[in-house]
Amino acid sequence: MQDERVVEGSEAVAIAVQACRPHVISAFPISPQTHIVESLARMVANGEIKAEYIPVESEFSAASVLAGASAAGSRSYTASSSQGLLLMTEVIYASAGLRLPFVMTGVNRSISAPITIQVDHQDTVSLRDSGIIQFYVESSQEAYDVHLAAFKIAEDPNILLPVMVCMDGWILTHSYERVQFLPQESVDSFLPPFEPENYLDVNNPKTWGSYAEENVLMELRYSVQQAMQCAKTRIKEIFSELEALTCRNHGGLIEAYRTDDADVVLVAMGSVAGTVKEAVDKLRKNGKKVGLIKIRCYRPFPHEDIIKAVQGAKVVAVMDASFSMGSEGAIGLDLKAKLYGHPNAPHVIDFIAGYGGREVNIDAVERIVEKAENMAVSNLPLTESYWMDLNPAILP
Amino acid sequence: MKITVGAVTRGGSALDYKTGGWRDQRPVLDAESCKSCGICMDVCPDSAVIVIEETYIIDYDYCKGCGLCANECPTDAIQMIPEEK
Repeated sequence: MQDERVVEGSEAVAIAVQACRPHVISAFPISPQTHIVESLARMVANGEIKAEYIPVESEFSAASVLAGASAAGSRSYTASSSQGLLLMTEVIYASAGLRLPFVMTGVNRSISAPITIQVDHQDTVSLRDSGIIQFYVESSQEAYDVHLAAFKIAEDPNILLPVMVCMDGWILTHSYERVQFLPQESVDSFLPPFEPENYLDVNNPKTWGSYAEENVLMELRYSVQQAMQCAKTRIKEIFSELEALTCRNHGGLIEAYRTDDADVVLVAMGSVAGTVKEAVDKLRKNGKKVGLIKIRCYRPFPHEDIIKAVQGAKVVAVMDASFSMGSEGAIGLDLKAKLYGHPNAPHVIDFIAGYGGREVNIDAVERIVEKAENMAVSNLPLTESYWMDLNPAILP
Repeated sequence: MKITVGAVTRGGSALDYKTGGWRDQRPVLDAESCKSCGICMDVCPDSAVIVIEETYIIDYDYCKGCGLCANECPTDAIQMIPEEK
């Protein structure tokens, strides 16, 4: 029997982390991530988690504590947002290379400057090349479920990579939703204790973070890519194992929503997927064949599953909440690259939507669909992103 | 040789990397002027000053030639000389 309560999204994440029995939690507060680590600090202080909670003076230190704790064989957790994630970047790259399987929540918030607390995916997407596995969730329930899976995925002996669960700040972290929680014994049956083969041990010294020359460095990088490839299969298996306990299916690496006969397929990730599903249902009612691919796992990038789901579509409209300055939106770039050369590949149009916190409502999704249909049959080049609802009148 | 996951290897493996080849300035210690004060050993960032039978010597397998020892030596017993191939 699952406990069911209305909780704040941050609390749902904290409850998931608590159930995973972490040994070390280290964090530095930054909005909108703060409620998660405040809840965990409270649980540790009340003796509800037998973990060491290490408050630090910066996000760089928080990530460094995690790297050290993880290397010492501890199950470790942190959360951060925006500038805080950027400050962690160096350690995240190093931790992926050292194969340290800690878990963190990347609570999405746009990056300075100008300083803002608005939501977009620029902060977490900027870590895409580091070797950290990234999930994006739509709801607090999905956040709870994916955090449970995250430790098991990270600690899998064939993966051994840090995992980041990304969730939209405020929209998910600060809103209250009904969430179902597994009993502790179910979580324990799903997630065994962390017992790594290698860990820091004074009685059995090993070298960590050694110097590597050009004769092995590329192979070490390639082994991270191999782990990423391996993760594609293991993630689906681990999600299925969890589903057997939760009776909830959020999809695999992607969730394909009404894509089977769709002419227009939208691609999105994060909380906006809920809005897009509403829009898809509305458009379907009006006779338009529209579907959604929700990317749940962004790294490794699930292009095989996406390509299967867009077979037969005329146009794919990507909704990117991040942008690579001087180029295009991040998902658009990935998808175009992977579709290149595929027979019958649909047009891909990259829409910048939900960037800098700009609202994406059902009306906006309908306009994206209409725009994508028109652009696909025009002779316009589709190489540049289309900035949805951009207001040229206020440009300097 | 096989690589390992995360490049985790046995303890003390840094000894295998002889980084002396990076050096373009070679510290040369004049035993006559050396008063065995040990300052060079304290400041060396690579543990490349060693003592054998109470005599200070430079371990050229690991010395990268930074020159800190020569700079700090109170008796100017260490001179930096360009490395020649």
